[in-house]
Amino acid sequence: MNAAQVIFILAAAITLFSALMVVSVRRMMHAALWLIVTLLGVAVLFVLLQAGFFAVVQVLFYVGAIAILIIFAVMLTRQVMSEKAPQLNRGWVAGLGVSAGLMVILALVLRNFPGSTATAVADPSAGNAVALGLAFSDPSGFAIPFEVASILLVAALIGTIYIALERKGGEQ
Amino acid sequence: MIPLSWYLLVAAALFCIGLFGVLARRNAIAILMGIELMLNAVNINLLAFWSYLHHDRMNGLVFAAIVFAAAAAETAVGLGLILSVYRRRGTVVAEELDTMKG
Repeated sequence: MNAAQVIFILAAAITLFSALMVVSVRRMMHAALWLIVTLLGVAVLFVLLQAGFFAVVQVLFYVGAIAILIIFAVMLTRQVMSEKAPQLNRGWVAGLGVSAGLMVILALVLRNFPGSTATAVADPSAGNAVALGLAFSDPSGFAIPFEVASILLVAALIGTIYIALERKGGEQ
Repeated sequence: MIPLSWYLLVAAALFCIGLFGVLARRNAIAILMGIELMLNAVNINLLAFWSYLHHDRMNGLVFAAIVFAAAAAETAVGLGLILSVYRRRGTVVAEELDTMKG
C-alpha cells in the first residue's frame, strides 16, 4: 500500500463520515459545517485524480460560495424547526431501504464492471486549465455548451433575485 | 496505484448517502444539502472516468464543469425559493408545504 492509497483511504473515510453527519445531525448549522468538510474531502479526491483545476474550483466554488449560501439560508430561517422536533420524516425507513438497496445494486454492478481494473495515466501535463479553456473556446469543440451554461447561470441568478425579492406593500 | 473501482465505490456510497438525505430529511435546506452530496458524487465519477479511461480528451472535464454550473443554478434557485416560502408561510419543513394537496 503506497502513499497515494493511504491518502485516498483517509480522504474517502473523512468524506463519507462527514456526509453521514450531514444527513444525520439535528442542528442545521452543524449539518452545513459538516457539508464543508465533505466538500473539502471531495476536493482531495479531485487532486488524487490529477484534476487540480477542479480541486481549486471545488474549494472556491462549493466551499466558498455554495456553503456560504446554505449557511446564510440556515441562519435566515432559524427557530423554524425546534431541535427537539424529529428531523426525519415518517417515511425515513423506506428512504433508508431505497438508498441501501441502490448501494447494493451499484456494488454488484461495479464488481462485474470490466473497466474497473484500469490504472491511472501518469501524465501530469494533461488536464490542465489551458487545455480546458481552449476546448471551451473552440467553436468545433465545446463553445456552445459553454454559452448555454452561461445563459443558464444568468437566468438562474435573475430568477433567484425575482423570487427572493421582498415586495414592500405588494400583492402578497 | 489506486484502482478505478475505489473511486466508483466511494462515489456510489456518497450518492446513496445524499439520496437518503433527500428522501428522509424534513427540512428543505437539508434536502438541498443532500442534492449537493449527490452532485459531488457524480462529479467524482466523471473525473475518475476521465482520469482513468479518456485522459487525452476533454469531454469529462467539460461535463464536470457543466455539472458545476448546474449545481450553482440549482442551489441559487432552491435557496431563493426556500427563503420566499419561509417569508410567506413561515416554515421550511417540506411536508408542511402541501397547499396544492386537496
